[in-house]
Amino acid sequence: MMSPAHYLFLSLALFLIGCVGVVTRRNVIVVLMSIELILNAVNINLVLFSRIFGDAAGQVFALFIIADAAAEAAVGLGIIIAFFRNRETVLADEMDLLKW
Amino acid sequence: MLDSILFYFFGGIAVIGAALMVTSRNAIHSAVFLITTLLATAGIFLQLGAEFLFIAQIILYVGGIMVLFIFVIMLVRLDVALHHIRFRMKNLVVTIVIAVLGAEAGAIIYYARKLPGQGLFIQNVAPASNLTPNSEKLAQSLFTNYLLPFEIASVLLLVAMVGAVVMAKNKKRSEDS
Amino acid sequence: MNPTLHAILVFLQTWWVELTCGVVIVAVVPLVAGYVVLVERKLMADMQARLGPMRVGPHGLLQPIADAVKLLIKEDIIPDEADKFIFWLAPVISMVAALTSMGAIAFGPSFQVARDINIGILFVLGVSSLGFLGIILGGWASNSHYSILGALRSTAQLVSYETAGGLAIISGLLLSGTLSISGIVAAQEKHHVWFIFLAPVAAFIYLAASIAETNRAPFDLPEAESELVAGYMTEYSGFRWALYFLGEYANMIVVGSVATTLFLGGWLRPFPNVHWLNWLDFLPALIIALIGVYSIYRAGKQPVKIQTGFMWAVALACFAVAFVFAAPWLIQLLHKFGLAGSLSLDFVIPGLNGAFWFLLKVSAYIYVFMWLRFTLPRYRFDQLMHLGWYILIPLAIVNVFAVGVAMLLEANGLNRWLAMILTLIVVLASAIFLVRWHDRRTESASTASLAPDSYAG
Repeated sequence: MMSPAHYLFLSLALFLIGCVGVVTRRNVIVVLMSIELILNAVNINLVLFSRIFGDAAGQVFALFIIADAAAEAAVGLGIIIAFFRNRETVLADEMDLLKW
Repeated sequence: MLDSILFYFFGGIAVIGAALMVTSRNAIHSAVFLITTLLATAGIFLQLGAEFLFIAQIILYVGGIMVLFIFVIMLVRLDVALHHIRFRMKNLVVTIVIAVLGAEAGAIIYYARKLPGQGLFIQNVAPASNLTPNSEKLAQSLFTNYLLPFEIASVLLLVAMVGAVVMAKNKKRSEDS
Repeated sequence: MNPTLHAILVFLQTWWVELTCGVVIVAVVPLVAGYVVLVERKLMADMQARLGPMRVGPHGLLQPIADAVKLLIKEDIIPDEADKFIFWLAPVISMVAALTSMGAIAFGPSFQVARDINIGILFVLGVSSLGFLGIILGGWASNSHYSILGALRSTAQLVSYETAGGLAIISGLLLSGTLSISGIVAAQEKHHVWFIFLAPVAAFIYLAASIAETNRAPFDLPEAESELVAGYMTEYSGFRWALYFLGEYANMIVVGSVATTLFLGGWLRPFPNVHWLNWLDFLPALIIALIGVYSIYRAGKQPVKIQTGFMWAVALACFAVAFVFAAPWLIQLLHKFGLAGSLSLDFVIPGLNGAFWFLLKVSAYIYVFMWLRFTLPRYRFDQLMHLGWYILIPLAIVNVFAVGVAMLLEANGLNRWLAMILTLIVVLASAIFLVRWHDRRTESASTASLAPDSYAG
């Protein structure tokens, strides 16, 4: 195992790239994928600290995050499909039903 | 030395895959690059001694969530030509702001190493044998200390499953039913 | 010495066994998969009262090599609007997933690439499920209707039956108590019985699920020729198609290995703890020698001289392998006459014999696959999905409960076989209930459709 700083840098890089993806991309599905990337960065942090302290609680938390991400992806994609069926678009710019 | 080679290999693939995912024009290419990033993250988990999480990541994330994403991308496949590649100021500003944030956080991580305990205020890293055998340790922790969150997570997955099916269901009803 | 060179040498010294096993897997498995195809064609011919490939090589034994050469020199066609990157990537994913999952399989007590990994069986399951990605991406990248429909159907089928198969595996894991492969085989040795006898319903569910997992008949609608041309493989030709095909057969070997490890005792010989059956240890060498004798017998009946020579070569190879298997005992015999000094090859016995028994069991499992392929008609897709979700998954869940209850009863003092038989009765009752419910449902659906139609003349 390398020093903790290395893994912290890696998870920071993934987190920031995920943030850029969420704000920048127009396609809503790619935004969802960037959110998954952010969750993965957090997972790396949790597993790193679980290894440092020798406690399995970090890995348990990471496992719950994976399960949660699965649920969120399923529901989010269901919403996208329902929206697509009505509006024929998946671009975030064109999802402006609530604008007045 | 093997450790550092593995770390740089998996870490490099993860960061490159993430960068390609965020900048790719084609949604399916983004999905494939995210799959490589997830596999590289699973490799990092394996290197940190979390074997069960490594395989859970592969089965659940890559084999489950990404398959779902690819299905949905195939379903809502609009013509790529509709996307006009315009230069937007917003994208540039966002990238600069996040880069500055990253530089700040990176500087904190870098300079905190001079604090006692490598900035994490711990004496030293626990020996690797504390986490082996990995599945058994994880199961012990999961089914004794964290049993309630486990049950709540299963209820959450049930609710998500039902919700996703209800929302994505085709609601056209035939006239004579 | 250069520190990098020294580090590389140390690395090779520690990991040479794993590296050799890995190289063997990548080099040998495609060849073996090609010969499994030949065996399937010969079996198909035998069950259809004909002879199968007979031209290339004696009795068609060189047919896979001819097929490989043909596929290699075929023109590489890429459809016009296809996504080139994904088109290239998809068969590679399929093949890599199948070969990587072989890394965790133990062919013998010490032939394992991922040596004694803590999550053995789960690794095999998880990485082989990466092959689904190859199917979806391949179907999508071909930019053709048949491909996408075939890929979607195939993936839906694979995901459904992976759930059922995973639950069936959980029943076996309850009995063994560990996920690691050597732990599972050691548990079967400790219990003195293969797990197929302790959890037969789980073994059957895994058999059905693994047939559906590898897209074999009777669950092969996604790639049946009369239905969807070739499903997701339609637009692939030449070596790319060969990669898909080999990936499918490698997957067959992988699911056979998982079933053998979990239910059929892995590398243990039949009755491993019964001492008066120790003569079974000599069986591998004997069987191979008998195959050599049969080759010599057939050599005299070949029409062409070169085929006779080939059969003699096969016989000599069989005798050489039989000699390698029997060498430890021959050296023990020589020890009795005081001839061989201090040489002892006993450490080879568990490894080689274990590998032989393992491969024999996997071959038997694959034989059952092929037998079912040539015998049963194909399932329609909605029947297939109904079988997976409505019948196999509830049955697998009930089976997990039943095995748990049986283990609890055994821990509280009831005789193991009595507990297992009681819970087996419960599971069979629920299976009968599920099938009867399904029959009543289809009956009522068909009678409902026969209701008087006011538009009928």
